[in-house]
Amino acid sequence: MKIHEYQAEDILARYGIPVMPGKVATTPEEAEAIARELGGPVVVKAQVYVGGRGKAGGVKPGRTPEEAREVASQILGMDIKGLKVEKVLVTSMLDIAEEYYMGIIIDRKSQAPVIMVSRAGGMDIEEVAATSPEKIIKHVIDMRSGLRPFEARDILARAGLPSIVISKGGAILTALAKAFIESDANIAEINPLVLTHDGQVLAADAKIVIDDNGLYRQKEYASWAEPEESNPLEFRAKQEGLTYVKLNGDIGIIGNGAGLVMTTLDMVARSGGKPANFLDIGGGAKAEVMEKALRFVASDPDVRGILVNIFGGITRGEEVARGVIQAQAHLPHGMPIVVRLSGTGAEEGKAMLKDAGLEWARDMRDGAQKVVAAVEARN
Amino acid sequence: MSILLNKDTRVIVQGITGREGQFHTRNMKNAGTNLVGGVTPGKGGMTVEGLPVFDTVKQAVAQTGATASCIFVPAPGAADAIMEAASAGIKLIVCISENIPVIDMTRAMLVVREYGARLIGPNCPGMCTPGIGKIGIIPYQIFQPGPVGFISRSGTATYEVVSLLTEAGIGQSTCIGIGGDPIIGSTFTDYLKMFETDPQTQVVVMCGEIGGSDEEDAAEYIKASMKKPVVAFISGRTAPAGKRMGHAGAIISGNTGTAQGKVAALQAAGVPVADTIFDIPVLVEEALSKLRRERL
Repeated sequence: MKIHEYQAEDILARYGIPVMPGKVATTPEEAEAIARELGGPVVVKAQVYVGGRGKAGGVKPGRTPEEAREVASQILGMDIKGLKVEKVLVTSMLDIAEEYYMGIIIDRKSQAPVIMVSRAGGMDIEEVAATSPEKIIKHVIDMRSGLRPFEARDILARAGLPSIVISKGGAILTALAKAFIESDANIAEINPLVLTHDGQVLAADAKIVIDDNGLYRQKEYASWAEPEESNPLEFRAKQEGLTYVKLNGDIGIIGNGAGLVMTTLDMVARSGGKPANFLDIGGGAKAEVMEKALRFVASDPDVRGILVNIFGGITRGEEVARGVIQAQAHLPHGMPIVVRLSGTGAEEGKAMLKDAGLEWARDMRDGAQKVVAAVEARN
Repeated sequence: MSILLNKDTRVIVQGITGREGQFHTRNMKNAGTNLVGGVTPGKGGMTVEGLPVFDTVKQAVAQTGATASCIFVPAPGAADAIMEAASAGIKLIVCISENIPVIDMTRAMLVVREYGARLIGPNCPGMCTPGIGKIGIIPYQIFQPGPVGFISRSGTATYEVVSLLTEAGIGQSTCIGIGGDPIIGSTFTDYLKMFETDPQTQVVVMCGEIGGSDEEDAAEYIKASMKKPVVAFISGRTAPAGKRMGHAGAIISGNTGTAQGKVAALQAAGVPVADTIFDIPVLVEEALSKLRRERL
């Protein structure tokens, strides 16, 4: 789960990491008031779930409270990569001497959290990794002990950070590792970590992504979930407990099992169609889940036809057929539905579909071709 | 012969008294798996499907001589269940549970490695050896014994492909669903090595998907060391970057984990990659007939 910069900084501050003084505003007037309260020049930063806000014009200085209001009014409501800006973070402007990078990710190969530190701060770390990998120092966290302070200092020293940063920066990295592990993070990044001319070391920007599977025990962070403007359907699907991804075609896809649904998307594309979504109803789904899934997919205005592809094991064909039939009455008139059933209860299910006048497919390829043809016939 | 499971493997079920645990215990028994007991803390002394239930894995191992375990414990306790099995001396652990926090898996893997256990999964359908039995939830009836070793990152897509193979008259030696999570106990390469030395297996099918670089690593191993022919399939060719496609591990991040990259790596290693799943039996048949010709 993505969270905003100000929320990530909130988490870091709880672990004793110095962050920039600042507050969130939703109106230009609030931004002005915050700037007045902070005193001195500020930076107004768009709070949206994407990187590259600066380049998009979503980060601007305000030398006076009036100017803070002015730039806030420009940034609020702005569209950044399809996301509408609804909040800005107003922080004190720093007198920056140097910028560094520190981040932690889960590394599949080492099967552990891996720390990356670089002198090249403020840049996209993937770009640094691609162009000058020698500038990144990596360290695998030993999950038995966590990151120890001396290891943190050693990493910073190897990354070539100046002596003045080693002690404070080491404490920050140690705290970041603790925050990462205890918050069920997948990614935790401070970019940049800054050294100011008066010798302060602090996080000037932060990014944290929380592991969805850890949300059951991260209740406060889970409560921070909010819809992404570009994906209201995905947000609603999550609330309804559906594993759903919005895509940009016009054929709705429902199946059981992530791999099978992905394979079905590929098959539809091979047959000349464009999938509108990914939806996995999981294992052992009852008719009610099938009905909910079908009605949900049909509620997407882009969808012009739907393919249901089920390989029955613990999911039973009769249940799927019953769900499809129940959903039928609630679907937009003339919406073509093609159902492919195999495995447990497939014959019973097919008989039910036939009685209800619904189309079923022999196999996945047949299903894909049938739904593509049905959608083409409508266009 | 086959890999991982044989007639002497003594299997317990952790989480045997739960709904899933009971249901699949019955199915595993029907498939001929040598089940010897189960574990649910607080339910010691019960029986499920005629099998004794113990409070701890240690007790189960002491009483039954169990060597393998199948885990159906819900996510919050699943990593602990893996560590319990490994530290009790279980050598083959199959973890079906999904939605395990990834940080828990980083800890569990330390213990698995420390005790030298083999972990399949988590978030997987398990494994099956036709004619011997199965550990997990794979529908046994779609299999028939034969020469194809099968490795896949998904569940139902595996059943789909295995059904196609069986319909084409091509049987399987052992089939493994390796799991859809970013951190899993064993990789494609681990299983490829086992199949390479298994006398029954003549051809290996590997079904990968977007995310990570396990398929690329496998391609490197195949190119450098594998003698048996491998046929591959990669799903998620139409998946957009940055979106998690159901499996926690199925996500393209930056340029890493694309289907195109994996297909290219496998092809560069001389592995034929099927365009659609329907091409898999065709490619397997080609590999088998080439082997037959070479033997003449």
